[in-house]
Amino acid sequence: MRGADIIAEHSKQEGATLVILHALQGAFGYVPEAAIPMVAQTLNLSRAEVHGVFTFYHDFRHKPAGRHVLKLCRAEACQAAGGDALAARAEAKLGVSLGNTTADDRVTLEPIYCLGLCATAPSAMLDGRLIGRLDEKRIDALVAEAQR
Amino acid sequence: MKMRIFVPRDAAAVAVGADDVVRALERVAAQRDLPIEIVRTGSRGLCWLEPMIEVATPGGRIAYSPVGPEDVASVLDSMASNGSHPLRLGAADEIPWLKRQTRLTFARCGVIDPRSLDDYRAHGGYKGLERSLSLGSDAILNEVTASGLRGRGGAGFPTGIKWKTVAQAKADRKFIVCNADEGDSGTFADRMIMEGDPFVVIEGMTTAGVTVGATKGYIYIRSEYPHAVEAMNAAITAARRRGYLGDKIDGSTYSFDLEIRVGAGAYVCGEETSLLESLEGRRGLVRAKPPLPAHHGLFGRPTVINNVLSFAAIPFILAEGAKAYADFGMGRSRGTMPIQLAGNIRQGGLFETAFGVTLGELVDDIGGGTFTGRPVRAVQVGGPLGAYFPRALFDTPFDYEAFSARDGLIGHGGIVVFDDSVDMRKQARFAMEFCAVESCGKCTPCRIGSTRGVETIQKIMRGERVSENLALVEDLCNTMKFGSLCALGGFTPYPVLSALKHFREDFVPAPTTLQAAE
Repeated sequence: MRGADIIAEHSKQEGATLVILHALQGAFGYVPEAAIPMVAQTLNLSRAEVHGVFTFYHDFRHKPAGRHVLKLCRAEACQAAGGDALAARAEAKLGVSLGNTTADDRVTLEPIYCLGLCATAPSAMLDGRLIGRLDEKRIDALVAEAQR
Repeated sequence: MKMRIFVPRDAAAVAVGADDVVRALERVAAQRDLPIEIVRTGSRGLCWLEPMIEVATPGGRIAYSPVGPEDVASVLDSMASNGSHPLRLGAADEIPWLKRQTRLTFARCGVIDPRSLDDYRAHGGYKGLERSLSLGSDAILNEVTASGLRGRGGAGFPTGIKWKTVAQAKADRKFIVCNADEGDSGTFADRMIMEGDPFVVIEGMTTAGVTVGATKGYIYIRSEYPHAVEAMNAAITAARRRGYLGDKIDGSTYSFDLEIRVGAGAYVCGEETSLLESLEGRRGLVRAKPPLPAHHGLFGRPTVINNVLSFAAIPFILAEGAKAYADFGMGRSRGTMPIQLAGNIRQGGLFETAFGVTLGELVDDIGGGTFTGRPVRAVQVGGPLGAYFPRALFDTPFDYEAFSARDGLIGHGGIVVFDDSVDMRKQARFAMEFCAVESCGKCTPCRIGSTRGVETIQKIMRGERVSENLALVEDLCNTMKFGSLCALGGFTPYPVLSALKHFREDFVPAPTTLQAAE
């Protein structure tokens, strides 16, 4: 489905900007810059307003992520359960810091602030799959899986 | 006869292998030609025992836990023969950790099939709405007010008063908004109820719609909760198909429908006015109050905006009467609170109980201390904006006013436990960092104050003019507390100041003994 169709499909909903940006990112893996003025025109908003919405929210990407996205929960419950050391370990193994993509575009490593798995902490999400009770062995396995 | 086996679909159970257990069950049962039916439920909330699976027997459900795929063959033997097994916990309802609870809101969670409206109804679902439809608006308002229910999102505002304000407002349209942007670390009750008993949220919101005269509701769910989004969408479709949403709900003259909107990773959108901005498709900038959302809310119309747990408490109150709910609790905190035990804790999970239980009972007795086995040093209650309490305050009862009297808050009921390896300077700095990243930017104390807070705590950590910088942080916290527009900037001082107050030794270096000059 093309961008214009996606925008048109959701444009009748009240307050549709986030809905459309989510749909675009779902289709393309990111929100192409060219889509911003198209959304603006369809919703009768200024380009600046739509750009402002796009940049306000952490979820929206301006370029594609790596082939795999590994999100590590960095919030307090996971910190209390040893998450700091595991995050550092993942960073070292992948050679990138949180918020970055490996040079070969295979893995994007991101922090996430709470997956709601706080009683089975530390937790992570690999391409939408949830993993709890992380330890060194499990984080190594996740990193290896993401690198494949 | 088919053996009915219950396996949670709850995200926390899935994260520790519940789906693998289901695949193993299907495989082993097929090999043995054993007829089984797998029901995917929510979680009972004993997260440390997940995956916990159950089998239906004439004498009730028998639980096994924690079950891995490698255990499935022998567990199936035990289930088929009713024989002993090392993982067999016995009757699920008799598990002490569950029996000690007072489950009013979470009564069905982990028990029923969250995709089945029939199952929901068979367990008392929609009894409250049916009574509401015969009572009418004024009588419902009386019930909700008499129940003493206060906003479970954290602010603790009386729900009955909020609803009454919207009911009395005149407008062409009114809205019901459910705040499911559960961003606080250490909290997962909203997620659990949406995944485990989504119809109770729908019923609560529908009741609100009937009461105030709103025909449209939105559930704003954070994007970090894809399983909850899926469960709520499935439940909405089922409710619509059966006439519990849409025109003339349940054969009455009322109409009400729901739509899910997904957030996009902004913590501040859990603040109600920021959430409304986000729902309208804008940046999640906090609005100044007044006007209150009850007068001027979504799209400028009168709006009831409540937390998931507030709506989920409503069906019980209407079905069983306000008194049945208000009989639980202490002081002005009536009813029950689904408390979430998290972080470094041996027995973490969801524990719903009447207000009044002490922090010490929750952490040491119910939670069993830390899973690392080291002493508990600090607990953060109420999410990233909640205070850190030391052991000395473990006699604090779980109650809105009692926590507030000790410069803390119960917030959304999350308790994060830390052992003695915690560095409270790091936790204080993190509170400021989080605020700096998540600030919507509208007010200066929050936007700038949080960044200056990070820098100043860094200086303290480097040992630069420690006492002066500590005084500066305290002063800054006061500015943020009284000068911020919303709870993000206004409450970030709670974790910082509580760390400074109760764990001072982490900030001030131990006095070095002077070496005698030679």
